[in-house]
Amino acid sequence: MQRRKFLQGVGLAAIASTAGCTQLTGGQTESGGAGVSGETLTLTTTTSTYDTGLLDEIHPQFEEMYDVTVDAVAQGTGAALETARNGDSDIVMVHARGLEDEFMRNGYGINRRDLMFNDFVIVGPEDDPAGIEGMGSATEALQAIAEAEAAFVSRGDNSGTHTKELNLWEAAGVEPGGDWYQEIGAGMGEALNNANQQGAYTLSDRGTFISQRSEIDLVILVQGPIEGGPELLSNPYGILAVNPAVHEDANYDLAMAYIGWITSPGAQDAIANYEMNGEQLFYPRALSEDPDFQQYVPEGWSSDSDSE
Amino acid sequence: MPVDPVASLLPLFVENPFEQGYVRSIVYVSLYVSCTAVVLSTLVSIPVALTMGFTEFPGKQFAKSVINTGMGFPSVVVGLVVLFVVSNQGPLGAMNLIFTKEAMIISQFVLATPPITAISLAAITGVDENVREAARALGGTRLDVALVVIKEARYGIATAVLAGFGRAISEVGSVLIVGGNITSADGISQTRTLTTAIQLEARQGQYDTAMVLGAVLVALVLTVNAIVVRFGDSGAMNR
Repeated sequence: MQRRKFLQGVGLAAIASTAGCTQLTGGQTESGGAGVSGETLTLTTTTSTYDTGLLDEIHPQFEEMYDVTVDAVAQGTGAALETARNGDSDIVMVHARGLEDEFMRNGYGINRRDLMFNDFVIVGPEDDPAGIEGMGSATEALQAIAEAEAAFVSRGDNSGTHTKELNLWEAAGVEPGGDWYQEIGAGMGEALNNANQQGAYTLSDRGTFISQRSEIDLVILVQGPIEGGPELLSNPYGILAVNPAVHEDANYDLAMAYIGWITSPGAQDAIANYEMNGEQLFYPRALSEDPDFQQYVPEGWSSDSDSE
Repeated sequence: MPVDPVASLLPLFVENPFEQGYVRSIVYVSLYVSCTAVVLSTLVSIPVALTMGFTEFPGKQFAKSVINTGMGFPSVVVGLVVLFVVSNQGPLGAMNLIFTKEAMIISQFVLATPPITAISLAAITGVDENVREAARALGGTRLDVALVVIKEARYGIATAVLAGFGRAISEVGSVLIVGGNITSADGISQTRTLTTAIQLEARQGQYDTAMVLGAVLVALVLTVNAIVVRFGDSGAMNR
């Protein structure tokens, strides 16, 4: 129950107790005045980050530093971006580069940073009816599952993991369908439970799988790049602020303070040190001595007037 | 994984899996949101039920069937509609209600009002015509008559309020959508209710803690029912 470890920060209770009032008086929008003290940052994120307990572990430091409250809302990546698109959140932390790029291209998100990564793994029952154990290629593994028509649970919720899964099927040249392929329209944890109950395969991010492993009987059959698996299964997380020019209600100051904090050496260390069942869940990625311009712009974007 | 409720529940009473204040804050949010919504619903429902019970007007049957349909409103649809209303893009966007308890109260108000109105209406219509006439004959004003009828129908009205409360507190779809199931990082619930907490635990495969929360929810509903039924019974005895 690491997630629930009681964090006894001085003043946290006070912050929590005033949070309701701040929202009542619309503190979120009143960015006038000197500081951000007492304000609320609404962060929409994915179930895979939320359910691992990472945010509960690291947020108290940020909340104390700025005397603010972070409201983390766990949704799928698609829903998290949609909520931000409607101006209902200030910042998004997601893992589907294609959707993030679209979000930026449409003008809703700005100041994107690479945040951290882990990887996806293909998990399934120990008896492995499709015989994919140890395969070095994710697409071959999916082809084998499709060929064997072995049960496969799909998130089916337009999340980052679901997007990844669909890309993998496409790369494998398989159009999944039929009784064996089940879209359940639910979060990662539920998908793992569901697959566990019926002895099915599924694609999971490593973090959620590790945090839930003690509850389920599924095993990793195809590893991701962290354990030497194919690069195709990498799972990078990005963080973006909501564009205050589109949504003037967005708490842009605080969102940028958050991005500054979470990409700082201290918070990146905290991410690296976050463990569950003795295993590291996320690998920090924001710090790099070499410039990485691609993290700020949609993938493959280049300026026409390249003056470099 | 087979879930053996007894075996998996036992260790929980030895080691408390929840951090301090977590369950208490969830219970508080559940009760605060549901009770506020039910009180507001009752304040609206009873005058509506009285008006409909006492007067004839064109379209009364239609109004009745609208209310009866409202009893069956799917809560996720209500949640979705409230989301559009309170979203920053929606008509109430400027009030910043999204992901707050107030937004949850709005959706539960919408959910609880139809059953409270419909059942109160049935109870009020069931009050003997003679009671109303006697009250009027004794020189009672419209308000006096209404109060007498409410007094006569109180057991039915209590049932109505209970039905509304039951709908509100056990509902998960709309509060999840408009509330966002938020706790602060120190584990104090902001918009997490018992139902959404159970949903979260089940999503994470922690069926045992989900079951403990489920037991708390059932106990809570039983307690509230017991209190209201007792209040209704003592009312009946005084009759």
